[in-house]
Amino acid sequence: MEGLGIQLAFYSFAAVTIGSALLATMAKKIVNSAFALMATFFGVAGIYGVLGSDFMAVTQIVVYVGGILILLCFGMLLTDRVPDEFRVRSPRRYVGASIAATLTFVGLAWAISGTAWARLPHITDGSAEALPTTALIGNALLTDYLLPFEFASIVLLVVLVGAARVARGGTR
Amino acid sequence: MADITTSHYIVLSALIFAVGLFGVVTRKNTVIILMSLELMLNGTNLAFVAFSRHWGNLQGQVFTFFVIAVAAAEAAVALAIIIALNRVRKGVTLDEATELKG
Repeated sequence: MEGLGIQLAFYSFAAVTIGSALLATMAKKIVNSAFALMATFFGVAGIYGVLGSDFMAVTQIVVYVGGILILLCFGMLLTDRVPDEFRVRSPRRYVGASIAATLTFVGLAWAISGTAWARLPHITDGSAEALPTTALIGNALLTDYLLPFEFASIVLLVVLVGAARVARGGTR
Repeated sequence: MADITTSHYIVLSALIFAVGLFGVVTRKNTVIILMSLELMLNGTNLAFVAFSRHWGNLQGQVFTFFVIAVAAAEAAVALAIIIALNRVRKGVTLDEATELKG
């Protein structure tokens, strides 16, 4: 029963992801938000694993949990003077946000469920059928996508230098 | 239970996106708004990977790779700005960032 295992994995990872995402957006303390966000990132990585894209699952954990979340924690530690409670200061704003988010989701879900994915023309070149995908992605990055790949490294370098400059402040 | 199809993954990604949108609109602390933005990016990444699997085509996963790189850059710049804002205004809620109002 391979299908049942896939279903079980998908639904449990989806539950972890959505539950902790809701917690992250509504937690009273920022620290709780950060920890809930970690669970969300792991959940999304699990979904990637269920999808069979092992490289993206590992990248998700390394970059998001190991990099971006640590950055966010530093930002939280360096700035948290006034604890930001999830207060419903203006119910109108809260209700409006709920309506906007719900409408977005319902619209997207309506469009998704109305599309017959299986009958769309397949544009496969067979490049992602095999496992593991790491070698395939590495080949693609260093052949077809070499220019964007190198450009991404330049962007990251410039961004890190600029971020250090902005965070350090004036010309002292 | 029905089989897990591409629609399941796309609906899940839409749900993550909507939760992130809710966080961006409701919260006032810029750090948490940044976290919610990362949630929205994660939702779109999931859609990319799901389509990549659906069509047996590697382009979606390569694009997700670049989205993650840009997300890291975005987080670094945003945190630098948040720290600068904290130094100038002694707080990081959005109400603090009114400098451009004149």
